[in-house]
Amino acid sequence: MSNIESLKRICTQTRRDILRMVHGAKSGHPGGALGATEYFVALFHEILHYDSKNFQMQGKNEDLFFLSNGHLSAVLYSTLARVGYFSIDELKTFRRLNSRLQGHPSPHEGLPGIRIASGSLGQGMSVAIGSAQAKKLSKDPFLIYSLHGDGELNEGQNWEAILYAGAKKVDNYITTIDYNSQQIDGSTESVMPLGDLKAKFEAFGWYVLQERQGNKLEQVIHSLKVAKTQSGKGKPIVLILHTDMGHGVDFMSGTHHWHGKAPNDEQLEKALFQLPETLGDYSL
Amino acid sequence: MKIYKGEELKETRAGFGAALLELGKKQENIVALCADLTGSLSMTKFSETFPERFFQIGIAEAHMMGMAAGLAIGGYIPFTGTFANFSTARVYDQIRQCIAYSEKNVKICASHAGLTLGEDGATHQSLEDIGMMKMLPGMMVINTCDFNQTYAATLAIAKYKGPVYLRFGRPAVPNFTNKDQDFHLGKGLLLVEGKDVTIVCTGHLVWESLKAAKGLLREGVSCEVINIHTIKPLDEELILKSVSKTGCVVSAEEHNLWGGLGESIARLLSTKLPRAQEFVAVCDTFGESGKHMELMNKYNIDQKTLIEKVRKVIKRK
Repeated sequence: MSNIESLKRICTQTRRDILRMVHGAKSGHPGGALGATEYFVALFHEILHYDSKNFQMQGKNEDLFFLSNGHLSAVLYSTLARVGYFSIDELKTFRRLNSRLQGHPSPHEGLPGIRIASGSLGQGMSVAIGSAQAKKLSKDPFLIYSLHGDGELNEGQNWEAILYAGAKKVDNYITTIDYNSQQIDGSTESVMPLGDLKAKFEAFGWYVLQERQGNKLEQVIHSLKVAKTQSGKGKPIVLILHTDMGHGVDFMSGTHHWHGKAPNDEQLEKALFQLPETLGDYSL
Repeated sequence: MKIYKGEELKETRAGFGAALLELGKKQENIVALCADLTGSLSMTKFSETFPERFFQIGIAEAHMMGMAAGLAIGGYIPFTGTFANFSTARVYDQIRQCIAYSEKNVKICASHAGLTLGEDGATHQSLEDIGMMKMLPGMMVINTCDFNQTYAATLAIAKYKGPVYLRFGRPAVPNFTNKDQDFHLGKGLLLVEGKDVTIVCTGHLVWESLKAAKGLLREGVSCEVINIHTIKPLDEELILKSVSKTGCVVSAEEHNLWGGLGESIARLLSTKLPRAQEFVAVCDTFGESGKHMELMNKYNIDQKTLIEKVRKVIKRK
């Protein structure tokens, strides 16, 4: 089996994890998580350098990832578990009492792989930039990555961060905008149009990459590799990644309706039928 | 009664700036962030001496708090600097999520707290910050009273691992505590021993309390004066010991009545030692423009009000 085929099998299993976790908790955010699955698998399997068996908050000599749109927690937890940060079986505790897998990620319960809380939107870019500046100050050559929703860009703090990173040339930082064109109340076009996002980032002094096929694994890996080649050149880097919310499940795809809704038993069965088990489900 | 000398007038914020510079010299992991108020926060010398460890954020306080959390993740000890209102109310959710809940070792250093920033008026006069910050789980809250204490507190919080809110002020005020004092986080200071009433005070109200105690002694009233610089965690033992002796307490602070040091003391006494208490604080109102002593007089956070409250609380014993 080629590497890309085995990574695609991981994507399928990740989607099963997301659906089973959200179904098990009877709450959560499947739509965005399903849409960003290729990004997470590409990032953690092909791009980042890290030591999942020996989690250190400081992450010295590692690449660090920050999830700003914390409601995508299910895909983050599945990814972290499947690359070895913690036991796959812990996924069943998602959103339950006494769990380390909070509804939105937090280091408060000591879950390996989590360095900052997110959930209240618009804050992760500032944290990532601070972390990138710390890397520079300590002459650590590794990079900082972060993910943000497109709707999340409504929050003003992002634009403080975007202005800062461009002006101060934070070029050891690669951020990605999960551009699924959906937010809670409907399409981003109907709620708050982002206009020419590429031009906006460029005007703030960023190097901008666009990837139209954000659910095509080969393309996501390629784009992230291209992004990496642009690091250290005096500009922060943004990848505008066009994704399909709810991707992989036909009745969840391309709509905001599954932003924050759990499938019922019947819907879960129907969804899982479209995503055959590849690496083994976590036990209930 | 022990007499304190208050001839030397110095700004508490200058104490912060001087100590920050000292910390920068001693520790390479000290970094500072400022939101376009470097001179006002007395951070200029640090910024000039350690330009690579000073982050000019611009007028973007929310971003500053997030960046501080990120720098803390990278193993640095960030000190953020802006006015008290912009250090708290403006960025409360950022502090809550990325610093307090995320347990980051960030020192939020806030100048121009309270009414005494003066002429800028109510938009800048934070009288709610102690309440907001003490409600955040894990947040240490410190309000210093003079230059020397602010200097010592700044050095002390660098040694403590965890989020801290350090509150100080704008005007030059009597510098009466010892130079090179030891600063014990969470421990109050018994400044004057007395037997009739306990005055528990913080920040700029400490000097007012000492003046009031001196005045009251002429009437034959013996005041015990306790300076609480660390409002959270509160030195409960020292307060209880004193109040169990004197039988009543007056709290004094440059903050709203709601949510401040006085309420922390009331909670303590109501659960462990119910005794009469009176409050010297701003009574649920905004401030206004004026000179700092004019404002303290108008809003009844001064020596005169302290004396009245002491007389009142003693009658209630």
